[in-house]
Amino acid sequence: MSEQVREVALESPWAGGRSPFAIGSKKLGMWLFIISDALTFSALLMAYTYSRVANPDWPKPFPIYPAVVFSTLMTVVLLFSSFTMVMAVAQAHKGNRGAAARWIGFTMLGGLGFIGLHLYEWMHLIAEGVRPFSNPWGAPLFGATFFGLTGLHMTHVAVGVIYLGIIAFGFGRGKWSAEDVEVSGLYWHFVDLVWMFIFPMVYLMSVRYEPAAGAVGMLLGR
Amino acid sequence: MSGHSSHETHEFAGTTRQFAIVWGWLVALTLVEVYLAYIHLAVITTLLLLIGISVIKAGLIMAYFMHLKFEKFSLVLALVPALLICIGLMTLIFPDSFRILELGAR
Repeated sequence: MSEQVREVALESPWAGGRSPFAIGSKKLGMWLFIISDALTFSALLMAYTYSRVANPDWPKPFPIYPAVVFSTLMTVVLLFSSFTMVMAVAQAHKGNRGAAARWIGFTMLGGLGFIGLHLYEWMHLIAEGVRPFSNPWGAPLFGATFFGLTGLHMTHVAVGVIYLGIIAFGFGRGKWSAEDVEVSGLYWHFVDLVWMFIFPMVYLMSVRYEPAAGAVGMLLGR
Repeated sequence: MSGHSSHETHEFAGTTRQFAIVWGWLVALTLVEVYLAYIHLAVITTLLLLIGISVIKAGLIMAYFMHLKFEKFSLVLALVPALLICIGLMTLIFPDSFRILELGAR
């Protein structure tokens, strides 16, 4: 095969000469992982919603204050960490290794803040008597599905913080490429994206409305 | 190899301003969701509105933060429709959850 023919053959998108998606293999791998993980979370959310609809005595354990205010704060913290991650990736592509590592540091702080707030929220529910297979209000399955779903998400956040720590450490010291930072960013945004479904489906759909709880009741400390 | 080196130095598309605007929208939509929960509409109305807003938020995150808007469209075609079809297949069992409510079984 002459050199010219060879080059023409490799020009074809399907000849293996170039990626049909024009991205690196690491990025494609992370995207495929994200799609499969999205299906895992979809199945869990579907199971949660199925149980919620099928059980007329499904508990509504989240008052506007503190639970919904808290989970809203968690959502904003996680969204903010997504923004700092975008900044980290942008700096990484400009070749500013120090700045990228600093932005990743902020992202990790956001992740840790989210975990802290979420654990506080969990302790609150546990103190109220919620267990995986029992709770004081109704359908016993609530605990299992709630802790399973939010626990798996929290695990993803924790793994993400460790992953970002390794990337920040390595990238800041001159190892790896901007693509590695971008791939870790994809994972982080995915964790954020999943929370954008868990927050409304779990928290906002199970708000406990108390007769006296309006804005006034909230201000008076309920 | 020239294609490879140009890939290494390619600029990350999207400006800080653009990302800040997207972030603002995401926070605003979150607050709208919280408000919808606060005003206590019918369950099905709340559910549909919340899912609709969440899908918009997911789209914003995927398009801008996850950079999908700036990738080749073939990547979007390879990833998103498959995901949506699989989630759609999962919903096939969902009507079964109404059985207890509709039949009044205990």
